[in-house]
Amino acid sequence: MLTTQILYALAGCVLLALGVRGALLHASVLLRIVAINIMGAGVFLLLIAVAYRGPGLAADPVPHALVLTGIVVAVSATALALALARRLQVERDDG
Amino acid sequence: MADTPIWLVALPLAGALAALLLPRLATAAAIVTGLLTTVAAGVLLFGVATQGALHYEIGGWTAGLGIMLRADGLSTLLLLMTALVVLAASIYASTYFRKTYERARFWPLWLLLWTSLNALLLSGDLFNIYVTLELLGLSAVALASLGGKRAAVEAALRYLLVGLLGSMLFLAGVGLIYAGYGTLDLTVLARVLEPGPVAWPALALMSSGLLLKTALFPLHFWLPPAHASAPAPVSAVLSALVVKAAFYLVLRLWLDVFANVITPASANLLGLLGAGAVLWGSWQALRAERLKLLAAYSTVAQLGYLFLFFPLLLALPAGPDRDLAAGGLAMLALTHGFAKAGLFLAIGIIQQRCGHDTIRELDGTAQHLPATTFAIALAGVALVGLPPSGAFLGKWQLLAGAVDTGQWWWLVVTVAGSLLAAAYIFRVLGHAFGHRPYPNQPVTVAREEWPALLLSAMAALVLGLAGAPVWGLLEIST
Repeated sequence: MLTTQILYALAGCVLLALGVRGALLHASVLLRIVAINIMGAGVFLLLIAVAYRGPGLAADPVPHALVLTGIVVAVSATALALALARRLQVERDDG
Repeated sequence: MADTPIWLVALPLAGALAALLLPRLATAAAIVTGLLTTVAAGVLLFGVATQGALHYEIGGWTAGLGIMLRADGLSTLLLLMTALVVLAASIYASTYFRKTYERARFWPLWLLLWTSLNALLLSGDLFNIYVTLELLGLSAVALASLGGKRAAVEAALRYLLVGLLGSMLFLAGVGLIYAGYGTLDLTVLARVLEPGPVAWPALALMSSGLLLKTALFPLHFWLPPAHASAPAPVSAVLSALVVKAAFYLVLRLWLDVFANVITPASANLLGLLGAGAVLWGSWQALRAERLKLLAAYSTVAQLGYLFLFFPLLLALPAGPDRDLAAGGLAMLALTHGFAKAGLFLAIGIIQQRCGHDTIRELDGTAQHLPATTFAIALAGVALVGLPPSGAFLGKWQLLAGAVDTGQWWWLVVTVAGSLLAAAYIFRVLGHAFGHRPYPNQPVTVAREEWPALLLSAMAALVLGLAGAPVWGLLEIST
């Protein structure tokens, strides 16, 4: 169904917009990291919608490969962000 | 010759692994890798100059499924600049980091940064560009946090979050392009892209992501703290190369891939933001109290000049005038790369030898560190754009283009920015040459000072006097 594809794509766009808003407006580091991950989820959903070719047909593998790579990158970037945020927290606690 | 591109990626990557596995030999491994990679960049330049643009299919897989590496005139020039700047900064870094654990942390990340820079400059498709942008961002952030102080960690975290925001916007644009055209290959896209409901939002998303990463005014807020609190060799590479990699992508997208889609209004918008960057960045550099902050704001301003070229290039018809202007743009970017790296290395020497980088307290530096002060002066010549620096040629083309296309307002911005640049450089030199009755003993430390001197001399003398081949190389495109 075409509407399924559009539904997924629209949901992706909404998540992307919510993520951008959160990343720009939140003051807390943790919330901003979560917001950027939501943004990432939106982009991935958009790419999954792009891969859909119709019922019964195999999905386009290229966007799937993009999503997989994107997830790996997002996980490592989140890990680095959390590590930096934690170091900042520790230094703050030490005074 | 045809497989040189892969060496430019494989050599620093192998060096990074070696430095990670053998921390005791890390410095030696890095210097050897640096020399080999620089030779590879030289061979590539020779190959592109004699045989035209090079293509390399990794593992023999054709584009679409495999990864295609491409080298044309512009990317080869930037690859060679990257190699020279990183090599010089590596030699400086081998004296800058004195403790073993510092070196063990620094070298693998440093070589990974180089790997991702080279891979980015050689990428021929949008997704590969996204991956290399992320690799570049991650290694740059980790390096920027090495300063260890709270300010450095805070700045690195902000740098990371801004970078991630930028790459996600870029990836969303890539998704739209794939949805609309079913390909990510840059040369294919350049043929098939048409103005319309797919190309415009995709260009807007990708450009805003990249402009955030290249710190175009008013998206520059993250740059000064991150570049000013990193260790000196890292600051040099962040300011000279990393922001320029994102700029290179903007240039590629706007002038090659999306050339059919760009409207004069959008190019003028970039020019306007560039003008804002020139004036605001130079003004902030003039007001800065610390040398490193001055250099960081100067980067914001210098990137602004590069964006002033966009409205001119769009207004000029294809032909010799346009080629001259495009060469001027490349020349300005190359000069800034060398000059800013030299400046940051020289500031690092002052910071280590004098224990501070407060501009107000620099009096007597010319007596204490004559060679370093000379390096700052040479870098200053290139940043202001005085002859015979490469920046003079670049700015000359900028002014000529502004007059040719009747857009005189860019001329006013360029002149005002150059005057401000002269003011902030002479403010530093004025203090450095200030007399101190009992100065410290004059010191020259060859291994520390040569890299900064050579980089600054490259910007202020070599590029200006022997830069003509740049224009010829730029005509070689894929």
